[in-house]
Order: sequence, then structure tokens, then C-alpha cells
Amino acid sequence: MSNTQHRNTQHRDSKGRPVVAVTGLGIVTSLGQGKDANWEALTAGRSGIHAIDRFPTQGLRTTIGGTVDFLFDRPFCAPELSEKLAMLAAEEAIGQSGLGQPGDFPGELFMAVPPVEMEWPQKQELAASIDGDVDYDGLLREAATLKHKPMHEMFLFGSVADHVADAFGTRGSPISLSTACSSGATAIQMGVEAIRRGDTPAALCIGTDGSIHAEALIRFSLLSALSTQNDPPEAAAKPFSKNRDGFVMGEGAGALVLEDYDHALARGAAILGIVAGCGERGDGFHRTRSSPDGKPAILAMQDALADAGLAPDDVDYINAHGTSTPENDKMEAMSCAVVFGERMARLPMSSNKSMLGHTLTAAGAVEAVISFLTIANGRIPPTINYNTPDPAIALDVVPNVARDATVRTVISNSFGFGGQNTSLVLTAEPART
Amino acid sequence: MQRDVVITGIGLASSLGEGIEAHAAALAGSIVPVVDTASFAPYPVHPLKPLELDRQIPKKSDQRQMEPWQRLGVYAAGLALDGAGIKDDGETKSLLQVIVAAGGGERDHAVDGAILTGLRGVNDPGPFLNERLMGDLRPTLFLAQLSNLLAGNIGIVHGITGASRTFMGEEQAGVDAVRTAHARIASGQAEIMLVGGSYNAERRDMLLLLELGGYLRKGDFAPVFAREDAPGIITGSASAFLVLESAERAAARGALIHARLGRVAAARSKRTPGAVEATLRGLIGSFGPMSPDVIAISAATGAAGVTTEEAAALTSLPQARRIATGDLVGHALEAAFPVSVALAAAALSAGQANEAVVTGAGHWRGEGAAHLFKA
Repeated sequence: MSNTQHRNTQHRDSKGRPVVAVTGLGIVTSLGQGKDANWEALTAGRSGIHAIDRFPTQGLRTTIGGTVDFLFDRPFCAPELSEKLAMLAAEEAIGQSGLGQPGDFPGELFMAVPPVEMEWPQKQELAASIDGDVDYDGLLREAATLKHKPMHEMFLFGSVADHVADAFGTRGSPISLSTACSSGATAIQMGVEAIRRGDTPAALCIGTDGSIHAEALIRFSLLSALSTQNDPPEAAAKPFSKNRDGFVMGEGAGALVLEDYDHALARGAAILGIVAGCGERGDGFHRTRSSPDGKPAILAMQDALADAGLAPDDVDYINAHGTSTPENDKMEAMSCAVVFGERMARLPMSSNKSMLGHTLTAAGAVEAVISFLTIANGRIPPTINYNTPDPAIALDVVPNVARDATVRTVISNSFGFGGQNTSLVLTAEPART
Repeated sequence: MQRDVVITGIGLASSLGEGIEAHAAALAGSIVPVVDTASFAPYPVHPLKPLELDRQIPKKSDQRQMEPWQRLGVYAAGLALDGAGIKDDGETKSLLQVIVAAGGGERDHAVDGAILTGLRGVNDPGPFLNERLMGDLRPTLFLAQLSNLLAGNIGIVHGITGASRTFMGEEQAGVDAVRTAHARIASGQAEIMLVGGSYNAERRDMLLLLELGGYLRKGDFAPVFAREDAPGIITGSASAFLVLESAERAAARGALIHARLGRVAAARSKRTPGAVEATLRGLIGSFGPMSPDVIAISAATGAAGVTTEEAAALTSLPQARRIATGDLVGHALEAAFPVSVALAAAALSAGQANEAVVTGAGHWRGEGAAHLFKA
């Protein structure tokens, strides 16, 4: 199809809705800053997981993580790092898209941000001037002096998105959202919905998480959710392996510029791919455990495919949630077997978390960015540390070594605490079909 | 496609009690606010009127796994589902999508205090903190704390298997939750949604966050728009959930319609002097001409500056009867706007007006407005 024809045609998807194109991608993880650094490491099968030195880990069962340690040379807290990660990913994505002008992005902002709260160093700062035993009345009296005013803005839930909105000049009221570990995917889904409604021609969708500190690690540890195989750190995350024993916390951000396909074509933008379908299902089963029958995950994938107007046979690759917890990986494998049937034995499904750890709030966005890189490069990043296959879940996990493959359609899964299940169907640019 | 959106379920719980009638009576001017000036002195709060939790959360095990803000929200969500007549409708609940405006979990104040006291006396604070947190945090605490677990608990307790989303970001989360739910139904992306928020004011950790910025009123109660002596927020424990539905669907099932939700709009002004007033005037103006008997329900916080600007913006509706949500139930942060929309719907449902406008400027960022009509 020529450009002229493109410009004269109003493109609609199989449901008669605007087509949602991706015109910019940005990523920061423990593997580095930017698409190139991450892609090189991911396809080399390199892990970003290491021993934590951000805070003392004496006495902790888990002492490793995929922390991002190259952005600050001073102490910082979770909202600061989360904001920095988001800014860098957004800058890369918007730069690639060429949309708008610096500080003037003609679209809305949808941001997955970690729920943060005041951290120990700040509480200690308040407590320092209290005589005798510390209690919250004492902290309140110290707060009332207004000597610590910046802490208010620092620990508001809305401030990270507000600062990003200021920096890039996004339109309207920025959304800060959480659907636990599927948050990043939900941010993308909300951008898709806004463009389909015609509310906005473009959306900046970001998932960010820089919240590895002692208490966050300890909380997950107390839930027995984390791998305790600390040595060597890079071998701890082993999705789908028989000896998997929990996830490893990671940090990072993924940013996508979504744009009405016709809007992107009209300005001559390079189309990096399409967000073709989204599916989400709740799970009223349990607060941390998924329904053992995998029904919500199955329905989320089926809904996403139906939303995209595609069939399971159209999918070339599954970007797994693949956390490396015993329960998730089993449930996800079983759910995929129901959706994809006998094809699952040869349908590649790999987990980026084997190298990045679980970037939590950011994961859905980080992994969507990697999925589009997978489509663009025709190469599937492996599931590393796959040395002891779990016979109960026979899968092609693209073990240990990246694989060249023609990938046109990816399904990317994100499943979270609180019964949050989100699947995205991500496809190549239509002109390439 | 733009379809009419109606409100078929209202769940309200606050210091005034629960349900549409108790709150409609307060709107009619016959109930005085309930304020506790002693428990959190010098900060007054509107305490939640105790709920019979078993009526909406039958399992004690569910009650135990939630914090007060979550129990309150699950309770109010149940009231909304009951009111809409869909509590036992499994098919509807499998389609029902949920948007919750939520804050975060409550600290264990005693544990925090003890650790902070101990930290001052140790040479090596890192290992001490690790040891105390490993020993003193309840493993399930984290779950009770996660922002999205109010939505998760609503799903578990009320058997909703549709998807949920949780918006964060203080007052504006409540505005955007109602705005997004409305937009999805109006555009045909959803048929029926449960939207709302919940806030527990009776906790010092949240008072601390607000007081760090100097946003709280100290001393006694004064009406939101008459706090010139000591401007500031008086927080209140409150929750509201609304069942929003396409008018076609509501009519087809013969549902009782409390009100029509015409428009919901949001903005983010730069917070320079006068910006909030101009922004709110713009949002109200975008709704078009209003009838003289319109009722204006304001979610104004009471914070210095922005509250005065919100009052000034409301003078663009000179004949409107003006009610501050904060005067009835206190300021409920994420829940403030949903509570205010619920109050407006209750007033319309009770025949107190034919048209309502809701406004709210967040204490730090964000402005919103909604326009409702008698069904």
C-alpha cells in the first residue's frame, strides 16, 4: 500500500475501531538504559540480577535483586527512582516517535506507579528531634513545624505522574494506576481504550518501579514469594524450571507512545507495531493465589485475542508472565495449554524475568517493549537458567539461548496479586503483512 | 457513539451512618456533622459510624484480612450492589468492571514507633531494621496494604469476576475513576461498572502525610467555606460506590434509576494563583447552561487558597444551593469526589433538585467536575 493510499483511508480494526499504533518505545532495566543496551543483553542471555548493596542485607533470606544502580550517586527513595526511570524511558519513547515538541506531547498520560509510602530514612529524620520514645503524635508535632515540607509531595501517590506530565507536557488529567503486577499492561490498555474512544490521538503509557528497599523486600520475603537461592544471583530466577523457588525483585521502566494509526501515518511516522487487543479478568478466588484452574488467565488471553480479532493459531510467541514462582508458572503453562492446545509443545514462550527479575509495577510495560523488539528483530530472547525442566509443564521456553524466528503476533501476559489478569496482543506493523 | 449513563446503585457509608436516606437527610439540612476533636487532637476528624460488617462481609476470615479502609469500601460496594439489585446476579457480576480510587495501607503505628525509638540507640541501624521488620511485620500486612487489594477484596467478598483497576493519586484518583467509568459506558466499551473509593481518616500515618505539607486544620470544626481563622482539611472516614450503567441496559432490566450522570470532566491546573478558580469555572461552563434550582455539591478540601478559589468558581452558579461535602462527612481524599457524586445522586433521587453539579479541587493537584440530572 502506498503512502498516498494510507493517507486517504480511514483504518479501522476488525471491530470498526481506530487502530492503535506504537510509534515510540523506551526502556530502562538493571541491564542498562535504552533499547539497544537491553536488547543486546537480553539476546545474549545476560542477567541483570546481582547482590543488593543499596542497603544492608544482613539477616535477610533474600539478598539479591535486579536493582537499577546507575542513576544516582546519592541516597534516594522509591518515588525518586521510579520517577527517574519513567522520565528516561519516556524520553526515549517520545524521542523515537517524533511526536509533538519538547515539553508538548499531544496526548494523555497513563502511568503504572508503585504504591509508595514514607520510608525509614525520612521517618528517622523526623524522629531525630523527638525526646523520649517515638510515637506518631511526636512525628506529627515535628511535621507541624513544616521543616520537612518536601516529604509531603515526595510521598503522595500522584506526584510521580504529575512530574512526568509537567516534564513532557501531556494533556489532561494524568492517571496513576495499580493493578499490582499487571499494572504496566493496564497502563497500555487504558491508552488503547482512550484512543479507541477518540478521546485522544496519542497516549504516553508508562510502567515504572524503583521500589526495592529493605521493607519492600522483607514484605515479599515474609509472603515466601521470593527466591532464596542467592548464590549465584544470576541463577536465581529460573522460570518454568523444576527447581524454581520464587521470583526475584527487579526495577525498571517501560514506556510506549501509542497513537491512532491514521494520525501516525498522516505525519509520516514509523510504525513500530500495533496493540491489537487487550483482555483482563478478575479472579475472585484468593488474595495472592490464582484460581487453580487458571480460568481468569485463560479468559484474559481469549478476551485479548477476541479483542484483536485473531485466533490462537495466529500467535507466534508468548511473552510469559513467568515469574519463577512454583504456582504462577504452573498455572500459566496450564492456562496456555487450554488456550493454544497441542500447539503449546512447539509454541515458543519465554520469560524476560529470568534475566530482569520481576519489575512488578513496570513489568507489563517493560515486557511489552521487549515484545515489540522481538517482533522488530525477528529474534526471541531466551528463558535463561533453564537447566532442570519441570516435566509437569512441557514447554518450549526458548531455553538459555536466543532464537531467530519470524514473529508477527505476540501475546504478553501479566498476572498480579489481588486477582489481576491482563493479556495484550501485540502485532507487527500491518504494512509488513 | 455517546450513550446515556445512569446511576442504579448508590453505596454510602460515613460518620453519618450508611445508606441513601441518612445522607439525603443530611443534605436536606436536618443532621449536624459528627466530629471527634479529642482522639487525634489537635486534628479533628469525622469518625466512621460503626458498621455491622457481617451484613456485607459475612466471613470473619475476610474481615480479618482487611484493614479498616478496605472493610469500609467493601461494605459500601456491597450497599451499591444491593441497591442496584445485582448482588446475586452472577452473570452481571462476571461482566461488572470495577474502578477503585485508593490510597495505601495503614502502618502498624506501635511497631513503627518502637523501631524508630530503637534505631536511635544502635550503631548499625541496617541490620537492626532488618531484624525488627522480619520479626515484627505481620506477613499478611502487605496484602492488607496494597492499594489494589480494596478492588481485590470487593471481588472476593462480593463474587465479582469482571476486571478491576485501581487509580491512585489522592483526590484526583476519585475524579478520574468516575470520569473513566462514565466514558467507558458512554462510548460502548462497557455496559455496567462499579466505581468508588474509600478512606479511613482515623489513622495517624495519613494525618502525618498531610501535616508534613501543612494541610490540616487544627482545633475545632468549622464549615469548609468558613475556615478563614485556620484554613485546613478536616478528614473524614467515608466511602462511596456507584453502579453506573448504560441507560438501555438499566431500562431493559427495569432497574430503579437514581440519576443520570451527564458529564464528568477533569483537569490539572498549574496551581498558580487563580488557576484553580479559572479551571473550575471552565469545567462548569463546559456543561452548558444550568437551571436556577441546580444543587452544587463541592468536594472542596478546606485547604488554604484552593478552597477560596473553588468557592469563587461556584459563584458562577449564583442561584445554586451550595453544599460542601466536607461539612457533612469530612474530607475523604480519594473518596471525596465519589462521595460527592453519590451525595448528588442521593439528592436527585430524593427529589431535592432536578439537576446537580459536583466540583472538587484536590489539596495539591487536580480539578474535577460532574453534571447530574434527575432521572
